[in-house]
Amino acid sequence: MATIDYPLQRPQAGPAEFSFSESLYKWVATVDHKRLGLMYITSALFFFLVAGIMATVMRLQLMVPNNHLVGPDTFNRLFTMHGTSMVFLVGMPMVAGFSNYLVPLMIGARDMAFPRLNAFGFWIFLLGGLLLYYSYLGGGGLSGVGSAPDVGWFAYAPLTESGFSRGHASDYWALGVLVSGLGSVASAINVIATTFSMRCPGMTLRRMPVFVWVMLIDSWLIVVALPPLSAAQIMLELDRYLGANFFNTQNGGSAVLWQHYFWIFGHPEVYILIFPAFAILSEVIPIFSRKPLFGRSAMVAAVIAIGFISLGVWAHHMFAVGMTSWSNTFFAASSMLVGIPTGIKIFNWTATMYGGKLRFATPLLFCCGFLLQFLVAGLTGIMLAVAPFDWQLHDSYFVVAHFHFTLIGGLLFGLFAGMYYWFPKASGKLLSDKLGKWHFWLFCIGFNMTFIPLHFLGMLGMPRRIYTYAPGRGWELWNFIGTLGVLFQAAGILFFLYNLLYSALRGQPATDDPWDGWTLEWATSSPPPEYNFEKLPVVRSSRPLWDLKHPQDPDWKWDSA
Amino acid sequence: MSEAHIVAQNALTMEREWKLPDRGTVGIVFLIITESVLFSMFVIAYLIYTGKSLTGPYPKDVLELPILASICLLSSSGTIVFAEHALKHNQIGKFKLWWVATILLGLYFLWATGAEWHKLIYQDHLTISTNLFGTTFYSLVGLHASHVIVGLTFLSIVFIVTLLGFPIQTQLRRVLFLSWYWHFVDAVWVVVFTVVYIIGR
Repeated sequence: MATIDYPLQRPQAGPAEFSFSESLYKWVATVDHKRLGLMYITSALFFFLVAGIMATVMRLQLMVPNNHLVGPDTFNRLFTMHGTSMVFLVGMPMVAGFSNYLVPLMIGARDMAFPRLNAFGFWIFLLGGLLLYYSYLGGGGLSGVGSAPDVGWFAYAPLTESGFSRGHASDYWALGVLVSGLGSVASAINVIATTFSMRCPGMTLRRMPVFVWVMLIDSWLIVVALPPLSAAQIMLELDRYLGANFFNTQNGGSAVLWQHYFWIFGHPEVYILIFPAFAILSEVIPIFSRKPLFGRSAMVAAVIAIGFISLGVWAHHMFAVGMTSWSNTFFAASSMLVGIPTGIKIFNWTATMYGGKLRFATPLLFCCGFLLQFLVAGLTGIMLAVAPFDWQLHDSYFVVAHFHFTLIGGLLFGLFAGMYYWFPKASGKLLSDKLGKWHFWLFCIGFNMTFIPLHFLGMLGMPRRIYTYAPGRGWELWNFIGTLGVLFQAAGILFFLYNLLYSALRGQPATDDPWDGWTLEWATSSPPPEYNFEKLPVVRSSRPLWDLKHPQDPDWKWDSA
Repeated sequence: MSEAHIVAQNALTMEREWKLPDRGTVGIVFLIITESVLFSMFVIAYLIYTGKSLTGPYPKDVLELPILASICLLSSSGTIVFAEHALKHNQIGKFKLWWVATILLGLYFLWATGAEWHKLIYQDHLTISTNLFGTTFYSLVGLHASHVIVGLTFLSIVFIVTLLGFPIQTQLRRVLFLSWYWHFVDAVWVVVFTVVYIIGR
């Protein structure tokens, strides 16, 4: 009778006892996508803490006017390392970590297409991260000038040229990011090959989970958007070491070329970073609303649209450069265009929740936070896409508030939702819901308390990247409230870390399928065995586990796809 | 026949007929895509900086068309196809011959590039730091030459293991992927040649 034969008697990973050195070896030498995924996420969390502490120091410095907690040079290094780390050493490995762990499980595969390339990607990323941080020790070089990079995360030339950035700070920035970018490209090619070539029988592209779809388009963006940055960094190093003139304005080179190349990478990059959150929401919201995703094909189409339109919007970061008005018009229009598919996504997630049987467990709470905050981020984004408006607020705290709303209010909230949702699968233990709610409310309140005031500061004219300011400009109150919010955020993060450790050690054991899920990762044991599935599943619809659990009312009866 | 039975039959047929693209093919295609973007950036920089050099030497004074080297590189795309063809028909001797021809043609191209650079540096005093032409010329042509070196390294590995008696016909897929990479390097040369020696001059 049953047409789909899952390993209902799930394989149990036997209790294994290993010595410390044995288990260390197992982790270091592994090519298993699940271990590599966890290693990516763990190192991302480590860099997240480091860069988060940097952010806290910066907020403390700006808490009151004329503060001298840190000097201007230290402050420059702090915001450079904070931005670079959060983008390249937190966001990118989170993309790789989540897609590595989940894509093979969701498409019913036993591993990624290229397991060894996968391991290479992780280690080269980690090398890049360490190289960047080594600048604190080696940035001075033989002449002992300079330390960590202090050129901002987009490192505009000619500030990075050898005449203006002495020592090795900019070299560590360029090489560290170049090397970790190599890892990202390796991992992206791997995800693409895995989704195209490793799907289990019946898993057609139309039936593939939306998570996998989003990660596939995300990998496409990595493959086409990372090389411009690599090219620019190679050119920068040629300038610095061989005396080439790419960005040397004294000899005819162009500083604007760097900006174009950086943002040809940089704007798709923000979509690369936000996509994992899109992917996670598309899985979590349906499960906690007990409804299939509303407008599934429209969601996939919207992601594909973003995957192409976002390649043509980069110069909206450069309205203040003085481009021709045709360029300004084009990039303003294309930037607004990309808001349409993003809007479709927000509507569809909301429509999924509408009329659903909502269960406000921690993952759904974080999704709700995402929906509201990402909406605000999207709206300020549309405002900044209007070139004259951007001329007013360019390089002000308004821009800082805007992209922190996308990357914290959006990406980070999405990642937290994903961690609460899949932690039981990865560890076999449930994360405490009570601690999770503390985490959510503290972090949500703290985040809004910090970043809503930054919008006002921007409109009051406070430029970004200043290390202190004089009293009497109306900035004191908002800066003070902003810094208070950081304390709430930090408390929230402490709850999260405690929850991770506590639940991993003494948490409530999770069943194989604690949320009554519909996708294939819940069809195997928690944690999954090294080979994922004893017998490869065969699927007939986009919700294979629903079909299995409801043999009288399977999805494939209604959807012939 | 019950509905469920039909469904079961369909599922079985589906499982048997389940075909997906080869993962190596997908991998190499996307590697070529990402490399193409990298090259495009250097090509765009070359085009943007064409005619923007503040001082000489200028391309029209010093560049000579590398006709013979180009012919050699492009024909190596042909010889590698013959080599593949021979390998498919299990003619190892023929394979070795065409394969070593490919390597030699590639090596000649590389030598020609080296000779060109030697002339430009020592005779015309054009280095990477002289002007924008030098900057973009050496980096674009150099990026291409470094890809030729990578290609030649892999081609040589295949040749050496074949000489040592490794049954290379078992690795047909990998040889095929290597040849795609080589075709890609050749195709890039067509672009570089057009941009540097025709448009840029």
